[in-house]
Amino acid sequence: MSDIKQAQKELQTRILEGDGRASASDRRAAFDNHGLAEPLRTLVDKVALNPLRVTDEDIAAARASGLSEDQVFELVVCAAVGQATRQYDTALAALETAAGKK
Amino acid sequence: MRLRILDNGHSFGTKALFAFIRTVSRQPVLDVVKLVNYRAGFYGGPMSKLTQEAMRGPSAWSVGDRELMAAFVARASQCEFCVKVHTAVAQGAYGGSKDVPALLSDVGAAAVEEPLRATLLMLGKLTREHAVDADDMRAVLAAGASRQQIEDALAVGFSFHAITRLADAFGFFVPGPKAFAAGAKYLLARGYR
Repeated sequence: MSDIKQAQKELQTRILEGDGRASASDRRAAFDNHGLAEPLRTLVDKVALNPLRVTDEDIAAARASGLSEDQVFELVVCAAVGQATRQYDTALAALETAAGKK
Repeated sequence: MRLRILDNGHSFGTKALFAFIRTVSRQPVLDVVKLVNYRAGFYGGPMSKLTQEAMRGPSAWSVGDRELMAAFVARASQCEFCVKVHTAVAQGAYGGSKDVPALLSDVGAAAVEEPLRATLLMLGKLTREHAVDADDMRAVLAAGASRQQIEDALAVGFSFHAITRLADAFGFFVPGPKAFAAGAKYLLARGYR
């Protein structure tokens, strides 16, 4: 009975609310895959929903829009963890429906 | 690697660690190691703690079972780097008691316990379609997996749904089999800390 809830909370709090080079609002938007402007919108959406499609050009476009490599690093991490979190929460909710409330 | 900072933006101490790893293993440092060691306070530290709990924490699933789940998720997301690492770790953990490549290529036909087969199929669907429903979960429960086992499998899924995305987005270099064998040996001996 591994329990990742606490570790998950720590990770999420760290990447969204802790010190970062990208703004907290951009990190939150990347995590949610919602509310970003181009070219970041395309990069983040691919990371979340179609990561094999990410290209050198997507990263270059984000950089050309004025983001540093550190900012791109943080926002891609937020996008990946955000999508993984949604999938985890959806699956746990399905399990609760199937097995009843704990 | 698409960001230069992830290749060579590490602190002096971390670069010394990488030099040590290269000397001892006689293999290049895997890109996943470079990622988790870059500004480890931001992502690598908290994520490694979580992955250690999911992959090596207490569970009714064996280490081999959980590494197989990781490889299965990687295969469903077509992440070559992650498939190679975790296939090698699963094979090492099982010590030959399961045919990992056969399980990855056709889990429906391969010899495996029904609770594990059903759990893998559910994880595969969650990976490909980004969602599962209550009927999918009923099928796993009916196959004999406990609720806790399903939750444990979803913890593995969480880790690798994030990691495979980062491997693809950052463009992890896929080295030869010896580098993966060295990485797998380390993960078997030391885990994800």
